[in-house]
Amino acid sequence: MTFKTVLLGATAAMGLATGAMAQDDKTKVGFIYVGPIGDLGWSYQHDQGRLAVEEEFGDKVETVYVESVPEGPDAERVLTQMALQGADMIFTTSFGFMEATMNAAQKFPDVKFEHATGYQRADNVSTYSARFYEGRAVQGLIAGEMTESNIIGYIGSYPIPEVIRGINAAYLQAKKVNPEVEFRVVWAYTWFDPAKEAEAAKALIDAGADVILQHTDSTAPQAAAQEAGDVITFGQASDMLDYAPEPRVSSIIDNWNQYYIDRVGAVMDGSWESQDTWGGIDSGMVEIGEITEAVPAEVKQAALELKDKIAAGEVHPFTGPINKQDGSAWLAEGETADDETLAGMNFYVEGLKGEIPQ
Amino acid sequence: MIRLERRPEPSRAWTIATPFVAVALTMLAGGLMFAVLGKDPVEAIRTIFWDPLFGDFASYSRPQLLVKAGPLILIAIGLSLGFRAGIWNIGAEGQYILGAIFAAATGLAFYPAESWLVFPAMILAGALGGILWAMIPALLKVRFGTNEVLVSLMLVYVAEALLASMALGLLRNPEGMGFPGSRNLAQYPSAANLDLIPGTGLHWGVALALIAVIVGQVVMTRHQLGFRVRLAGQSPRAAVFGGVNPGWLIVVCMGISGGLAGLAGMFEVAGPAGRLGIDFNVGYGFTAIIVAFLGRLNPIGILLAGLLMALTYIGGELAQLQMNLPLAAIQMFQGMLLFFLLAVDVLTAFRFRMGRRVVA
Amino acid sequence: MSNIDPILLLTAIIIVSTPILLAAIGELVVERAGVLNLGVEGMMITGAVCGFVVATMTGSPWLGFAGAALGGALLSMIFGILTQLFLSNQVATGLALTLFGLGLSALMGQGYIGVKGPAVPDLYLPLLRDIPVLGPILFRHDIIVYLALAIVLGVWLFLNRTRAGRVLRAVGENHDAAHALGYKVVRVRLMAIAFGGACAGLGGAYLSLVRVPQWTEGMTAGAGWIALAIVVFASWRPGRLVLGAWLFGGATALQLALQASGGVQIPIEYLQMAPYLATILVLVILRAGRAPGSLGRPFHASS
Repeated sequence: MTFKTVLLGATAAMGLATGAMAQDDKTKVGFIYVGPIGDLGWSYQHDQGRLAVEEEFGDKVETVYVESVPEGPDAERVLTQMALQGADMIFTTSFGFMEATMNAAQKFPDVKFEHATGYQRADNVSTYSARFYEGRAVQGLIAGEMTESNIIGYIGSYPIPEVIRGINAAYLQAKKVNPEVEFRVVWAYTWFDPAKEAEAAKALIDAGADVILQHTDSTAPQAAAQEAGDVITFGQASDMLDYAPEPRVSSIIDNWNQYYIDRVGAVMDGSWESQDTWGGIDSGMVEIGEITEAVPAEVKQAALELKDKIAAGEVHPFTGPINKQDGSAWLAEGETADDETLAGMNFYVEGLKGEIPQ
Repeated sequence: MIRLERRPEPSRAWTIATPFVAVALTMLAGGLMFAVLGKDPVEAIRTIFWDPLFGDFASYSRPQLLVKAGPLILIAIGLSLGFRAGIWNIGAEGQYILGAIFAAATGLAFYPAESWLVFPAMILAGALGGILWAMIPALLKVRFGTNEVLVSLMLVYVAEALLASMALGLLRNPEGMGFPGSRNLAQYPSAANLDLIPGTGLHWGVALALIAVIVGQVVMTRHQLGFRVRLAGQSPRAAVFGGVNPGWLIVVCMGISGGLAGLAGMFEVAGPAGRLGIDFNVGYGFTAIIVAFLGRLNPIGILLAGLLMALTYIGGELAQLQMNLPLAAIQMFQGMLLFFLLAVDVLTAFRFRMGRRVVA
Repeated sequence: MSNIDPILLLTAIIIVSTPILLAAIGELVVERAGVLNLGVEGMMITGAVCGFVVATMTGSPWLGFAGAALGGALLSMIFGILTQLFLSNQVATGLALTLFGLGLSALMGQGYIGVKGPAVPDLYLPLLRDIPVLGPILFRHDIIVYLALAIVLGVWLFLNRTRAGRVLRAVGENHDAAHALGYKVVRVRLMAIAFGGACAGLGGAYLSLVRVPQWTEGMTAGAGWIALAIVVFASWRPGRLVLGAWLFGGATALQLALQASGGVQIPIEYLQMAPYLATILVLVILRAGRAPGSLGRPFHASS
């Protein structure tokens, strides 16, 4: 007896059973988002994936979503309600939904769950994430080549592995093309506060940075850079083309569309299996936005070459020799980082200044 | 001309009738809004108010009402005491966070040892965390006359920074692959705050909230503290003449509200939430202020107001899920409901009269 | 510390504090009239979306600001009618207004997500802008920065130098006495509430049109709450309000500048707390003044 049959039994006994179960010819796909779909960043991109699923499958799917779901018990309740309403699969699009996803998955063994950026799996729970650090490496190359002050500003949200990985990847590439380069990291301690992001960008520019990388989702840093002039930036989460060709010279786009279409398709044809996907540039999950004419042709070419090599698997952004910040050896000559270390990365590589708050 | 005239006595009939009038008005106004948004108004309102209670899967959502309302009621009961005395603790959110941090730290200090002592120790720690955080505005007010509104509000943001720091540092799960957030306390039997009767949603925190309602009612009507609180609220000067030490009252009221908020945080982190993460707090401390006033600062009223708020949250989720209504429309609907509830309240103490005022 | 440019830091402080200052000066007038409106956040975000929508549609940021003020004022009238005519509880009504405003703004802004609004030019002040040190700090801002300070000055003059200001203060200190003197308590308060809404709307529009500039849901991210705290900090006095806004903005700008300077030794989580702790600390030193006597109390003419 599953959770749902227990409940259905109870409601049927009370004479309240209705047609909620009847319409199973369509595949019903649920999405829960941690922010509003109007955030133009993380949740917005996931919702674009939902819309892509609708477009691909048309009448054969029905999608539902709930936005701004707080992590914890609220998420578990929304997931349970979705499953009770007949969802066949559910995408839980934030790391903080991990417990809720695992608990709901246990209650509904027939529903397929897809949890973004987590590490716990079950027979009916897959995890997926994107290798954004590959995109960061490309940005690092452009940043290192373009900076004249040799100070590169980096706006971080919270010091979590995802963000630290990005800083390290960008720094390693920047350092490779420009040994003089120095990174300044500002932690905003917020996922979303456009005004604070603008202030962080301004503080970095005031401190001499002429390249700003951001791991927060709003366009506020772009606007701050535009106002300051002679500062370049990179779009984050979405393309932010409004700020091209300058300050925005390129971008990293989260593109979940193909993955969502593939996984929904797998549920439809019955081939769905629990798996762990970490998609990079090659899978299209990490997209590099158009590199504008503000970037010299040879730099653009080098960046595109790096992108192609990463996509082809010829270059790994974390290839030894790399030492940790304290000088201890991490990767030997030619050695590449394993996924487990990358997933939980909480150290800076050698050359980065400052401490990771923890 | 229509004017308001104060009733000699608050109307008992209207006290009971106003919530229903307000809900009816909200259905009208909200229905209109849903219709403008192109959704079926009848279905939307049924989904929000009816489905969580009597819909297909109400046997799941009814217990969830308790889980959602529990912390709101617990915090609001504590706040109502201070509000009645004119002491404005609007930082319950921060006290809630500190209660959770203290409780989680205590529980995790014992991990993985199993002992019946762990849970009571966490309860004490949670209450202590909330009380300590509330004592900062209380003592600053007593000693320096610093306004408690500002201090308690600012301390919410300090608590949030502290929470992030704990989730990323000291309390981070060592087996969590470097991700932020503590171990899952709900999976640590000695620390877990589970349903007392499985499937009812009735965990220790909900039980305590119900006890707080009863105790609150007794204190307000029968205990000397309730008398002093009411006296101070009506006239601070009279209270001083009546032998009430204002400093003592501030410390007691802030302590009780902080302690209950801390306990709410403790039960949440040990049970439904399980994990202390960066975004552990979801605004219960602020929503509880609305709940307190919606319940007219009366324990029974707070119980009902807490349940009503929980209903609109859960019903609102269902409406998003079943009808693709945007969250924004749900928030506006909740706002309308509150507006109407607050507006028709006037009918309990006043009545409308036609015609010109008679010169007295 | 050494590599923070004090001129740039002071410039940043003025910009950072402007939206808070705008919202706070409006709330100050409301509270001086004896009304506690906790809906500042809701009015700010509504102003942010109204300003952005109007500015984008007309192409004029100035019309945008006017629309933001109007939007904020209209929303505040819900609060005004409920609390002044229906005598509803002010604390709860204000909080409900924030909830309502967040929802309303999100609905209104649905078609404007990702749209780029018109640019707000800096006010060009020849000669003045070229004064060393003072030029960049004081004379190279957009016009709203000066408008905010002008409003503060205007409010100070109004409260202390005009008859209408004295009436407003009398209403806030003791509404029964003011009523007995023949002042229209409810009318004065409604006007004050509308002014508060308009100022909060301007503060929100400063974020969506100048500071960020873009519309995204929930973009005020709690600035309205800080504005409320700053009014208390200021002890309901306009002069201290500027000090409070600059102190808070200054601590925020300074902590970011310290991080950006690359030479910080202080753990970052404590830096994050700095603006809030600094505000508390300075308030303890300065001591808060007395709140208006009738603050938050409902008024009914026959009582």
